[in-house]
Amino acid sequence: MAARTHEARVTRGWKLYDPRLAWLLVAPTALLLLCFLVLPILVMGVYTFFTFVTAGVEDATLTWANWHEFLTDSYYHGFLLKTLRVGVVTAAICGVVGYFPAYFIWATGFRHKWLLLLLLIVPFWISFTIRTFSWIHILGEQGLINVWLMNLGLIDAPLRMLYTEGAVIMGLIHFLLPYMILNIYVSLEGIDRTLISAARSMGCTNAQAFREVTLPLSLPGLAAGLMLCFVLAAGSYVTPQLLGSGRDALFGNLIYDTIMGQLNWPMGATLSIVLFFVLGSVAALYTRYMGMSQIVKGLGG
Amino acid sequence: MSGSRDNEGRWAWLLTRLVTVLVYIFMFAPILATVILSFNKSMFGGFPMTGFSFQWYGKLLENAAVIQAFKTSLWIAVVTAAVTTLVGIVTALALVRFDFRGKGILGTMVILPALVPETILGVGLLILIKSIDQPRSLPILMLGHILLALPYVVLIAQARMVGVKRIYEEAAMSLGASRLATFREITLPLLIPAVVAGALLAFTISFDNTSASLFWRPAGVETMPTQILSMLTSISPEVNALGTVMIVMTVGIPLIGGILIQIFTRRAKRFKTRETAR
Repeated sequence: MAARTHEARVTRGWKLYDPRLAWLLVAPTALLLLCFLVLPILVMGVYTFFTFVTAGVEDATLTWANWHEFLTDSYYHGFLLKTLRVGVVTAAICGVVGYFPAYFIWATGFRHKWLLLLLLIVPFWISFTIRTFSWIHILGEQGLINVWLMNLGLIDAPLRMLYTEGAVIMGLIHFLLPYMILNIYVSLEGIDRTLISAARSMGCTNAQAFREVTLPLSLPGLAAGLMLCFVLAAGSYVTPQLLGSGRDALFGNLIYDTIMGQLNWPMGATLSIVLFFVLGSVAALYTRYMGMSQIVKGLGG
Repeated sequence: MSGSRDNEGRWAWLLTRLVTVLVYIFMFAPILATVILSFNKSMFGGFPMTGFSFQWYGKLLENAAVIQAFKTSLWIAVVTAAVTTLVGIVTALALVRFDFRGKGILGTMVILPALVPETILGVGLLILIKSIDQPRSLPILMLGHILLALPYVVLIAQARMVGVKRIYEEAAMSLGASRLATFREITLPLLIPAVVAGALLAFTISFDNTSASLFWRPAGVETMPTQILSMLTSISPEVNALGTVMIVMTVGIPLIGGILIQIFTRRAKRFKTRETAR
């Protein structure tokens, strides 16, 4: 009898949850990840040691020249520092500003909560390029703010708001705020509400219950949001391109110009590897303490 | 004493509401401005409004480059959505149901394309195909888009798959259904919401992709976002009209999809209650 059940579970020599079958199922994904993610980064790593001859031409002679140039030229250090600064500022503002709506959606008794959540997801459907350039209508010389202020007679000449670092950070916040709010919200949703009732019944005021119970329990979501916002901001290309002047370019723009403009592939590879390791170590540091699960929830939800 | 402490909470809540309203205004004001300005009669892309006109939409239809970019993007996005959904669902099935060596690594690796900046993915792939002397081509661009959309589809499918009990599948198989029949008759119908959501998201990710496409597109090929970027050297009313068309499309499609899912699940529920009532 036992033998027959066992036989039923084995079809043509394959167990029901045969690891070989699993490998067949994940083969396309594994192949894609290998060819389009792992191999490119490895080849890029090798390319950092190639010799740049002239635009678009390089030599497979191995050299430290690219790394030497990166490590000694303060031009690159400036870009890297500015990129990290913009990333940190963006993530911090997103964290502070994003907490309020997340808390509101979680705590409100409003019947159409789903609508508020839907409105947070709608921006993901709107082309990122369009969302970014639409800021020109608000901040530009013919933008909403300048036209209003001029009509009110408060200013004589348009204020210069567009093509500044502030505009770049604003565009990044506009792009990243939904990520932050959703991450915090997911984390708040996971809180057992009876804990808050318990704190209240022990004599906590609402504010105390928030400080002692809700806020600490929502920190994993906040941390995941901060990490995501930092990495995505520091890796951005389109936003500084559209809303910043040449001086507000970030590391992503530097890489693009090095490769597509100067056709200096070895240096472009070097800069990409640098950005990869800098952002990768931030993400690794985060996963070391927080694990991957919160990020997974944030991205999937 | 307790009155002043409660006041603190009341002020905090008021502040929360205020910031929430401001955040929603912040999120949508620029987009609204673009939509409104697309109907502006003025030759210039900015404020003030000088009159109402549809002329820029007409202009758009005559713009061959825009139409061509639209077709290219649509075609790439449809293929990306189809392939990513298929591959993603199958991968999620393996990750949730099976135990195999390397499962942990694969589960982490598959999320990476969503976290690694597109500039890096873009440069990496470009250098790889350069090093093996391959030209940039549409299939490579599509495979790149599939890579970028895959994490989201796998995560959505995984989340749904966890909720589908394996007993259903095992019951079907013990009753003699083949693996494929079980997947078709049991697993797939239960996964439909994840399939639709995943496909829509993959479509949007591909249709919207800018940074990586700038690296990967073959010479002379423009996708919709790269076309918009090239038109942005000056803000013309035509760009606003194009933006509005895109917004209506990319928001409309998922909304209709979502409503369809709602209707389907509601009908399925009604069907189920009728069955149990019998």
